[in-house]
Amino acid sequence: MIIEALIGVTFLAALVVMLAPDRYAGKLAFALSLLPVVGSLYMWAGFDAGGNALMAGSIAYETQLDWLTVAGYDLQWFVGVDGISLPLVVLSTVLSSLAIVSAWTPIDTRQSQFYGLMLFMEANLLGVFTALDFFLWFVFWEAVLVPMYFLIGVWGGPRRKYAAIKFFVYTNIASLAMFIAFMALVFNLPVGSFGLPEITQSLQAGELSSFVGLDPATLKLAAFAAMFAGFAVKVPVVPFHTWLPDAHVEAPTPVSVMLAGVLLKMGTYALLRFNFTMLPDVATRPLVATVIAAVAVVSVIYGAMLALAQQDLKRIVAYSSVSSMGYVILGLIAYTGLGIGGATFQMVAHGLISGLMFMAVGVIYNVTHTRMVGDMSGMADRMPVTVGILVAGAFGYMGLPLMAGFAAEYFIFQGAFASTVIPSAPLFTAASMFGIVIVAGYLLFAMQRTLFGEFSLETDYEVRRAHFHDVAPLAVLLLCTIALGVAPNIFFEMITDAIEPVVAVVGGGA
Amino acid sequence: MDPVLLQADQLPSWTALAPALALAATGLVLIAVDSIDPDDSRPALLAGIATVGSLASLGFAGWFLSAGTGQAGTGGAIALFGDALVVDGMALFFQAVFASVTALVVVASYDYLSDHPYRAEFYSLVLFAATGMALMAAANSLAVAFIALELASLPSYALVAFLKRNAGSVEAGLKYFLIGALSSSVFAFGISLVYAATGSLLLPDVYDALAGGVEGLTGVAAVGILMVAGGFAFKTASVPFHFWAPEAYEGAPAPVSAFLSSASKAAGFALAFRVFVVGFPLDAGIDWVLLFQVLAVVTMTLGNFAAATQEEVKRMLAYSSIGHAGYALIGLAAFTGGAGGDVIGASMAHLLVYGFMNTGAFLFVALAEHWEIGRTFDDYAGLASRAPMASVAMSVFMFSLAGLPPFGGFFSKYFLFMGAIDAGFWWLAAVGAVNSALSLFYYSRVVKALWLDDAVGEFELGSTPTALYAAVVFAAVATLLLLPGFAPVIETAQSVATTIIP
Repeated sequence: MIIEALIGVTFLAALVVMLAPDRYAGKLAFALSLLPVVGSLYMWAGFDAGGNALMAGSIAYETQLDWLTVAGYDLQWFVGVDGISLPLVVLSTVLSSLAIVSAWTPIDTRQSQFYGLMLFMEANLLGVFTALDFFLWFVFWEAVLVPMYFLIGVWGGPRRKYAAIKFFVYTNIASLAMFIAFMALVFNLPVGSFGLPEITQSLQAGELSSFVGLDPATLKLAAFAAMFAGFAVKVPVVPFHTWLPDAHVEAPTPVSVMLAGVLLKMGTYALLRFNFTMLPDVATRPLVATVIAAVAVVSVIYGAMLALAQQDLKRIVAYSSVSSMGYVILGLIAYTGLGIGGATFQMVAHGLISGLMFMAVGVIYNVTHTRMVGDMSGMADRMPVTVGILVAGAFGYMGLPLMAGFAAEYFIFQGAFASTVIPSAPLFTAASMFGIVIVAGYLLFAMQRTLFGEFSLETDYEVRRAHFHDVAPLAVLLLCTIALGVAPNIFFEMITDAIEPVVAVVGGGA
Repeated sequence: MDPVLLQADQLPSWTALAPALALAATGLVLIAVDSIDPDDSRPALLAGIATVGSLASLGFAGWFLSAGTGQAGTGGAIALFGDALVVDGMALFFQAVFASVTALVVVASYDYLSDHPYRAEFYSLVLFAATGMALMAAANSLAVAFIALELASLPSYALVAFLKRNAGSVEAGLKYFLIGALSSSVFAFGISLVYAATGSLLLPDVYDALAGGVEGLTGVAAVGILMVAGGFAFKTASVPFHFWAPEAYEGAPAPVSAFLSSASKAAGFALAFRVFVVGFPLDAGIDWVLLFQVLAVVTMTLGNFAAATQEEVKRMLAYSSIGHAGYALIGLAAFTGGAGGDVIGASMAHLLVYGFMNTGAFLFVALAEHWEIGRTFDDYAGLASRAPMASVAMSVFMFSLAGLPPFGGFFSKYFLFMGAIDAGFWWLAAVGAVNSALSLFYYSRVVKALWLDDAVGEFELGSTPTALYAAVVFAAVATLLLLPGFAPVIETAQSVATTIIP
């Protein structure tokens, strides 16, 4: 029942904070958000599942209760975690707590509503990563949109309304496409259930029947394409990425942290669960694999080049997310243990590092009231600790060894290089590696101009160091990043364990 | 508790009509109380009686439903008055919907009518209309169906025109009355043609006669069925008899709009489901399933497109209500005989959820009218900073009406579309899904205005109307609780819908 407790406590916390007076809301929200952190760490400590939850593996902390039966289909309250979902659950709780702390300084209106919505979003994110019934999962998946819409639309920057609606409409239409595609599959399977394990096993047993003139293979291909498009918007990959910079730039810092740190992972998590685990025979078709690998490489390179062209620090980090998530897609389509394992690891690593970067940019913005590269220089003189952590985070982003980003990218490259699924895999891998060079390029370029050299910023207010509570979450994230880089096995072992059955289906290697 | 609480042999069988009788009796009591001293308005007493009466009706309906009265487990439907009325699970389900909407509307009207004379008359009209709706749900004879329809409609005409010093209200009442009278006559004429062809007014007899073949009179029966369908289209505000709805809903006092667009529409569907499923076989000279398919597609598309172009919130809700009539019509449009219970049950469940979310939305408009802050989207801008709880409730209604997952409306729509797919009409579900996606656009405009836009000018909200506020919040809570509690709702709806299929 620990998962129910985790989700329930977070919902209750959201309600309590919503009703609390504005003055205490931030502190109260942080205190309450520690409960799910403790809960998720407890889950991690006692984790004993093996294999993939969708492929007859054992599931940890499982609960399966009948909810309702309609037209022969059972809908269930079915939750549990395996090696893929647990790291993301831990990431969600930790990052939420830190994001709440990072909101203390910038958020100064309607605090109780803000923190209440943050916790409400966290509760739904936990639901997304633990639900094993499609229906339950979809309810949580869509419920994440509602708090996000308000968080961007009410507390965001000057163009917040535009960004909020664009985000909402884009992702909602994407969800609709995915929902319809998935339903088309389920209705033509003999299972009377929305349980993801049953559906996966039935699909892989070849029990799909034809539908309105589409034979099973074509139906699968169509469903795969629609689901891929739906999730690709969330990830986002080029060319579905245009909502992301708008949403990021307009969102307040803590919301950007959640958006980049956890919300984007919903897309890749769902891709792994639905497209790559349920329909491996479609994904491994040479043409499909080539297209996906190409999309991944284009996302990596194009996202990085867009970042290179930006003048706004936050936009740089935002576009770099497109680039980093491209690596995840490349790792997934590789269908090797290291590839998919690395991709899953990268979800966590990128969650930590991009959270760190957004927070650091946010701290600088709180002090200087600008994010423009051209406006400032020599920030290292005035706020050495923040800048130090920012530089360390940037090195993590570039893939410096002993940081989480290095481990993840290394796994992905090695896995992709050895892929038997992607035609001419070494070529794609090599092309994507150019991304690293560009990442290093734009990060060093931006840092060199803003952080170092003579301090020069024209202001009529004092530029002083950040509060302790602004810098502390950065330090925590940096520590986590290093910990995962030094000892990837904190998560990597359980990830590999859950990945193996997926890889085994297509006969991919390690 | 004994699962079988009430059966025909334990109590006199007429007691099965208790939900309807409670409403009628309350209406009469209200008149009696008012006639003792007409000059003393006693608002709290009158509202209290009306609330207690409608809650009693809800209590009876809920009790009978859970006790299994009139359902398959306890001896089947209870037929009364020479089979002219039947009490079965479906009738009780709809009576529960009407009673809950009536209770919400009555509570909300307490503040809305605060400066208004004739409060007793208002409440008794609402309750008499609700009585008519409760009878519509139980009508088993075309004659009773007509009388019940008129009993529901006549008080509604007066209610729409209730603000008699307001030109809009009077005009709306007149339009509603004229079109209502016209469609009543169409309906009555249709009934007479069906009677001419089959020689009976009782629905099961009509079914048998039509199924046995009416020699030489097939055309007469077909025209009759077509005209009966027209009568329902009026009551449910479906195309082509929909154009009264935006005018009437806009001009009427907002609680009355809530009442009409939720309860009255559900009553129309209650009657339509029973008359078509029980009375008219699928091959009775006219393919009425095809007819409803056309009606459903046109109604939902037209309603949604018209709603998207409105500038006033109340008009937008009125058109969206037409769109929702289109969704509910799927219950008949995807009916395939034997296994049709699921899709009709899904329609019923949607009407129940709709009863809460749509009533709540109109009551929020009533709140806005009470505060006199204007009617357009722009006038609602920034309201959340002044009335956060009501704005949360309104956001819940809007997202639920649009069919977003965390709310009750998602499930009811989902089961509706799934029922259509199961029946083989996947294109019907597709049209519904596209319309649903479109509707998010105009529903989210309200949410955007409330939360994201800054107020254009300063507004003073004045006093907080407690009862109205409570009704709005209660409807929102019900909309939310319908998600985890959807299992009993959909299961009850589908099982009671299955039993009416001959």
